[in-house]
Amino acid sequence: MKRRVFAGVSLSVMMMAMSAHAETVKIANIAELSGPGAAAGSVWSDGVDLAIDEINAQGGILGMQVDMSKYDTQTDPQVSRALVQKAIDEGAFALLGTVYSSSTVVNMLVAQQNGIPQFTASEAPSITQKGNPYIFRTNWGAQKGMPKIATYLKDQLGVSKVAVAWANTEFGKGGHDSFVENVKAAGLDVVADVPSEQGQADFSADVLKIKNSGAEAVFIYLTQEEAARFLMEAVKQGLDIPRIGDSVLTSEKVIDLAGPAANGAKSHAALTIAADDPLVQEFAAKFSKRFGYSPDYNGMKGYIGAYTIKYGTEMVGEVNSQKLADVVHGLCLDANTYPGVLIDMCWDDVGEVSRQSYMVEVKDGRETVSEVLPAN
Amino acid sequence: MAELLQILISGLSSGAIYALAAVGFTLLWQASQTINFAQGEFVMLPAFFVLAGMTLFGLPLWAAILTAFVLSIVILGAMFKKLVVEPMLPHGTMPLVIATIALGLLMKESVKEFYSAQGQPFPSLFPQHVMDFFGASVSVQDLCNLAVAFAAIIALQLFLQRTRTGRAMQATAQDPRVAEILGVDVKRMVMYTFLINGALAAIASILISPVYLAKFSNGETLGMIAFIAAIVGGFNQIRGALVGGLLIGVLDNLAAVYISAEYRTAIPLILLIVIIMVRPQGIMGTSEGRTV
Repeated sequence: MKRRVFAGVSLSVMMMAMSAHAETVKIANIAELSGPGAAAGSVWSDGVDLAIDEINAQGGILGMQVDMSKYDTQTDPQVSRALVQKAIDEGAFALLGTVYSSSTVVNMLVAQQNGIPQFTASEAPSITQKGNPYIFRTNWGAQKGMPKIATYLKDQLGVSKVAVAWANTEFGKGGHDSFVENVKAAGLDVVADVPSEQGQADFSADVLKIKNSGAEAVFIYLTQEEAARFLMEAVKQGLDIPRIGDSVLTSEKVIDLAGPAANGAKSHAALTIAADDPLVQEFAAKFSKRFGYSPDYNGMKGYIGAYTIKYGTEMVGEVNSQKLADVVHGLCLDANTYPGVLIDMCWDDVGEVSRQSYMVEVKDGRETVSEVLPAN
Repeated sequence: MAELLQILISGLSSGAIYALAAVGFTLLWQASQTINFAQGEFVMLPAFFVLAGMTLFGLPLWAAILTAFVLSIVILGAMFKKLVVEPMLPHGTMPLVIATIALGLLMKESVKEFYSAQGQPFPSLFPQHVMDFFGASVSVQDLCNLAVAFAAIIALQLFLQRTRTGRAMQATAQDPRVAEILGVDVKRMVMYTFLINGALAAIASILISPVYLAKFSNGETLGMIAFIAAIVGGFNQIRGALVGGLLIGVLDNLAAVYISAEYRTAIPLILLIVIIMVRPQGIMGTSEGRTV
């Protein structure tokens, strides 16, 4: 009798477990939650969490609740590679992350081998140039923004000599190469080319080199903490030339870290919470209320990535990694119908993104949009 | 010329802070043969005491700094000696070295877990004005950092050389058994050394965090640089640690400007190798005997 009761209970538990398993969709978020990339990775991760909770509150994906797993890469590419494999082994049908390009170029090969679509925050040009059919950006790559920056430097600032301070990482190298190529094509001279290491703390020599180079503007392509340190050192040394960057330079985190030194910095930003757009403002308000701080473009990318998985999967009509990857290639989502993407966006056949962009300036410690530029 | 002047001042400012941390290495080695591989984390932690005081308890900056100072002396000085060094030292130098490495990891991970993994802005004690000095733009913050670090090291030297307690500490470092026979309270002198190290770490932390930002991983770089500075200058001399710190600060900036920014991190290591090969006791070190 006891045996029968035990067998019955075991069977019931197994059936309940199977039923629970069948009613969830497994997605993994692999992000830089510690190490030098924590400033970016943790905001991305909060954006993902916000989106996933909303999706679950709205009934999930195809009526199934999302079972989210979160993994910390410690900003180590090899750790990120192992974690992508672990996430796939644990049943994730789609991946979110990583943020740092140095990690993504390593771990995306694992996702590719397993046929799992991966939605990354990374912006190094090389990521979508490797022919990987499973990688998708949540923001466009650096190479798409650089022509606009070169045009801005030449036509609006009227400079002929520029300096570039860049992170000597996969992210930085890609952006640097693309920047140099574009400004040279625009007829500008690069008079100082200053790489820095990930996590570099002392930027006095870097700023000094640029200051004495005769540059009329400096393009700053660093990650958040390094960008803040650079801006503080620039003020310390009285570097009074325009300081131009990408989304990072005028992000909330950089403004928070650099304080008044961030004032006057300008960027060509793909995503900004300063955008005069009701969906973006609604997202920023929800994010701030939940996490107690203002999001930046990484938070927006995480949010967009999670919603893209939902929209793509519902278009396919089933939880299928291959079909999700197929449907996102060439997909365009308009924000009115698909509010989770915040701004109208499209993916091409290599997972690259097209979307409108913004010229942003930091004034009185706040991002302000001076111009909206069309998608390219 | 102006460029060189600016490099020198920036380098000396950073180097003086490295020197504070390096002095800690030499002090503990002299007093108790302790190589403290958590020294970098000792410099990282007080900044978080200040931030916690300001954000969690609403203290003004001066009160938060004062609290951080006291906490550093108690936790990084007295408790470190009582809870880590005293139990481990009888087992030899290697177990103690491993224990300090473990302590460093514990401190780093604790800050990451209980405060934040992200860099935090840290208020500067000094104005951010820039002055023109023979064509070089020199920040008041750099000059003040340099002045405070120098003042701390000079005060330490004077304390050790001109006071009765300081001389007793020197005697303890040179030969604890003879010092004890002569009536010196050796245990107390060793404790003083640890307390001084806690105070120096707090000063270094408060000076460097406005530039580095307060971050749990700051100790990795600082600990390495301070260790190299101590060896380059001479592990058994305070003034050696000072020279080593300043030298590395200036060389780092010179290398970044005139050689290669990409290989700047290699310069202190190259210097270390050269010193070990040419003058193993360090620039100011002596090959025999120990003094504090």
